[in-house]
Amino acid sequence: MSDFETVAATEDQAARRGVSGEPATPDRIGAPQRARSLAGDAWRDLRRNPIFWVSLALVVLAAAMAAVPSLFTANDPRDCLLSRQHAAPSGGAIFGYDFQGCDVYARAVYGTRASLLVGALAALATGVIALIVGMLAGYFGGWVDAVLSRVIDIVLGIPLLLAAIVLLKRLSTSSDNVRLFAVIFVLAVLGWTTAARVIRSSVITAKEQDYVSAARMLGARNGRIMWRHILPNALAPAIVVLTIALGSFIAAEATLSFLGIGLKAPTISWGQDIDTGRIHMREAATPLIVPSAFLALTVLAFIMLGDAIRDAFDPKLR
Amino acid sequence: MAVQAGGTAANFRYARDVILRPFSAFPERLASMFRFILRRLLQMVLAFFGTTLIVYALMFAGQGDPIQALAGERPVTAAQRAYLTQKYHLDQTGVGGFFYRYLDYVKNLLQGDLGQSLTGRQIGDILQQAWPVTVRLALIALAVAIIFGVTAGVIAGIRRASIFDNSTLVLTLLVLGIPTIVLAPIAQYFLGVKWQLFPPTAGAQPSFYALLLPGIVLGSLSLATALRLTRTSVAENLRADYVRTARSKGLVKRRIVSVHVLRNSLIPVVTFLGVELGNLMSGAIITEGVFNIPGVGFNLFRGIRTEDGPLVVGIVSVLVVVYLVSNLVVDVLYAVLDPRIRYE
Repeated sequence: MSDFETVAATEDQAARRGVSGEPATPDRIGAPQRARSLAGDAWRDLRRNPIFWVSLALVVLAAAMAAVPSLFTANDPRDCLLSRQHAAPSGGAIFGYDFQGCDVYARAVYGTRASLLVGALAALATGVIALIVGMLAGYFGGWVDAVLSRVIDIVLGIPLLLAAIVLLKRLSTSSDNVRLFAVIFVLAVLGWTTAARVIRSSVITAKEQDYVSAARMLGARNGRIMWRHILPNALAPAIVVLTIALGSFIAAEATLSFLGIGLKAPTISWGQDIDTGRIHMREAATPLIVPSAFLALTVLAFIMLGDAIRDAFDPKLR
Repeated sequence: MAVQAGGTAANFRYARDVILRPFSAFPERLASMFRFILRRLLQMVLAFFGTTLIVYALMFAGQGDPIQALAGERPVTAAQRAYLTQKYHLDQTGVGGFFYRYLDYVKNLLQGDLGQSLTGRQIGDILQQAWPVTVRLALIALAVAIIFGVTAGVIAGIRRASIFDNSTLVLTLLVLGIPTIVLAPIAQYFLGVKWQLFPPTAGAQPSFYALLLPGIVLGSLSLATALRLTRTSVAENLRADYVRTARSKGLVKRRIVSVHVLRNSLIPVVTFLGVELGNLMSGAIITEGVFNIPGVGFNLFRGIRTEDGPLVVGIVSVLVVVYLVSNLVVDVLYAVLDPRIRYE
């Protein structure tokens, strides 16, 4: 974000200083103004987009909850008493108690950490795989591209949920941390293809640019050209794709935990809580509704954030 | 929809110009299309072997006791052990033995023999009972997606940037962002349990009414995607040169939209909905599980819950094949429907 902000600040000043007598709102079609960079234009659009601000606020809130859950609730999510089963709200438990007599709100707050951890690490791993594959395929072309593109096609042809079920079922008796990393591993291994395609196509565009030819003529090696000249161009679209992917990874983790093959008991996760809440929905609804709302809002926040950034960066939609 | 809009003569022209042209006018196009289909077929075969190999390797091979791994934490009786050892040729060892068993598994899969679940029922029989329900549910979901998604998408595409357009965009984003594990139980709670507009669960012989709410939940995702696809496609085609030509000829807007724009805009939507039918049949695990619909997804859901390894592997294998084949059919359909597509 920070580079957008600095660019935007200078752009903004330039626009305000601009030609006297111009309307306050910048007119894109009208009289020629100072040329703006794509990032500057994108930031101007983003700043006026309420969806961007709402989703950004939600993402920050979720990150804070994951980092320091005790800031948001004083109750212990693992302090469960069967005598409080489905009890009405009292004390810090603003949404009452669930089937096991645990604080519904505290569990939802503490569940944020596992979800965000899985989502962020899976997106990170996805980014690394996609960057390597997309970069190699786009930069070298030829048979490297042919082979890697076919691999992408094949992995893209594997249904994520079904493959994840099989992969995770194999690990059904492992310990907590192993399960956590197994879920991340499965999501990353199956989910990198879209980002790899995006990176590949932006690398193909970038490598035809004059400055790349210039660098090559100056004797730069492939590695240096890729790292210094092509990577920065491929990064922006990749970040957009990965933001959206992060949201869908959170949803996928919750789905796997819901099915009982993702994260298990001592780890608190929204997917499991939704499943237990669903089974007892006739007795009490809040144990279903609260984790559902947390999950839906978090996933939505990431998807809307990525969507807003992409809309701002995509000149075709203007 | 587009085909019906202009009457019989228009249908004929459509068939002549859009469907038959690639076959008659350009023989080299035909050749390149066959190359495309061939390559796509080869790719599918590779994907099939790749996926089944992964499924197989993970479920049956590896360390420890494969039979116990299959059963999870449940005890295995001597009879089950003998059956599984014989069925999967576990008495042969080494890498050769692994591939021997894998090929055996593929052969059985292609012949439709999926073996028995841990409860002793033939998996083929279970699937035979489950398919009709799943197909009915998928068709309801598809109908919901077409009726609401395509109609709203056309309106949004024509009135771009209107209130209707913007609100549908936000709504579809909401639908796309909310996971099924939230949407299905919440819909079940509010519409089924609290306000009692729909039956909250479907029984063994679900009626159309009982399948309606699950169908809407299942179809909402396809609805949102179909809506966005139609909208973009219509909006893009409205700016095309042939629309300007039609307008300058003095055609009324309704005719331009219904005859010229829709026909071109719906090609990607039709192919998308084709893919979706395949997805809906394999992707109904959560919806069928939540609403208690005895379809394929429900059996998989139950198989996972009860740690019934053979059942899970059998159903997943079949679903992977369904998914791959439906993707292939749709890709080929797309190539045939749209003469402008490039195969390279």
